[in-house]
Amino acid sequence: MRVTFTVNGRKQEADDVWEGESLLYVLRERMGLPGSKNACEQGECGSCTVRLDGVPVCSCLVAAGQVEGREVVTVEGLADFAKQRAEKGGCASGACGTSLQDAQQWQSKPSDSELRSRAADSQTGENTDLSPIQQAFIDAGAVQCGFCTPGLLVAADELLERNDSPSDADIREALSGNLCRCTGYEKILDAVRLAAARGENRTAGQGA
Amino acid sequence: MDFLRPASWEEALAAKAELPTAVPIAGGTDVMVEINFDHRRPEYLLDLNRIADLSEWEVGEKTVRLGASVPYTRIMENLRAELPGLALASHTVASPQIRNRGGVGGNLGCASPAGDAHPALLASGCEVEVESAARGVRMIPIDEFYLGVKRNALEPDELIRSVHLPKADGPQQFSKVGTRNAMVIAVCAFGIALHPETRTVRTGIGSAAPTPVRAKEAEVFLAAALEEGGFWDSGAPIPPSVAKQFAQLASGACNPIDDVRGSAKYRRHAVGIMARRTLGWTWESYRGNERSAQCA
Repeated sequence: MRVTFTVNGRKQEADDVWEGESLLYVLRERMGLPGSKNACEQGECGSCTVRLDGVPVCSCLVAAGQVEGREVVTVEGLADFAKQRAEKGGCASGACGTSLQDAQQWQSKPSDSELRSRAADSQTGENTDLSPIQQAFIDAGAVQCGFCTPGLLVAADELLERNDSPSDADIREALSGNLCRCTGYEKILDAVRLAAARGENRTAGQGA
Repeated sequence: MDFLRPASWEEALAAKAELPTAVPIAGGTDVMVEINFDHRRPEYLLDLNRIADLSEWEVGEKTVRLGASVPYTRIMENLRAELPGLALASHTVASPQIRNRGGVGGNLGCASPAGDAHPALLASGCEVEVESAARGVRMIPIDEFYLGVKRNALEPDELIRSVHLPKADGPQQFSKVGTRNAMVIAVCAFGIALHPETRTVRTGIGSAAPTPVRAKEAEVFLAAALEEGGFWDSGAPIPPSVAKQFAQLASGACNPIDDVRGSAKYRRHAVGIMARRTLGWTWESYRGNERSAQCA
């Protein structure tokens, strides 16, 4: 079957999707977006966490056909998503978003050509295509093997969107569905606290 | 496999009537696990996500009509006052990601004895609204809903539309044993609801028998003890002997097995402990409310 939905702000189509296929499989294997990780396939680990119409879900447990006409944000689109939220409080026009090509080529550092064209920016750390939560994970040393990181980033970003000054209990609960087998939890908590303290997730709507 | 996407409840009922083997999928948190692991290859998947009505709830004068697909997150956030027992149980379901997708309809449809909602549903004394294209709506009392391990009272052409739960008329509690605070299938669970209006107590036990069950003897014993001692009126503390007997009877209502999550012996023991504790919590809350009502 064909499934059409919005991924990171742009409309995408997937063909020949098997009816029992998960959203995670479509993202990784059909759209070339391997940021969402495939691990437990039973909703235990949270590595595949994406936003579905704004809500964090395990994409391994969403049937591809259920996403028809809906909006998905993956870790590849997180930086743009956060930027739009900070600038405009959302993307009402539908004109913004991350193209599939950009999302597929997403990396935490600008490409060489980008570096050359905006060397000054990269010196200051600006325009490095990171969302505040991603930068906080790096700064706090919250990434070890990195496998759980995409899911944690999506979950943590959503927490800070809802609650710009979460308590430790709030953070633990929001991340309780994401497992880190390196057991780097303390630094992950540090990263979320750091991002909250920096306050860059605050949007105009929250008035803070 | 075919993926059916009815746009309305009527279309869904028609599809289920025509294709009774179609497996309904709402949150997908159970069905997709089975498909991902190749444990199940349904001929038809019946997606219920487009039926907005299933994700809505109505708070009436006496009851709450809870759509089958209302996510646990919504129950926790919005129905804590009306359905405290179910809200507490919802909060123990898996993780935020799962609670954002899963709902009571899935717990009922799957009818696993370990489903977290069951003890609260049993303790509340709710009814399950099911419907078929041929015979219309049928209300199934929760006490008659669970028939066996993963078997329920649904006919092949029926779908679960909603659950009608009486609004709480007294304190309710829920307790669950697991190895961590999240992402845990209950080793066993216990729900209790005090019903001061009828001066009764209802309970629900999860994961300690082939189906979710009530501890009926414990309920009858406790209601009689509370009545005879004038406790509903006096609000006096429940004597330890009464709490102990209640716990023993609750333990006796279990018919557990040994499995990877725990032994039968442990489950019996733990259910007794949870029965005593949750009784204590609810009764303290009842007494507290009584006192504040008198002060006001």
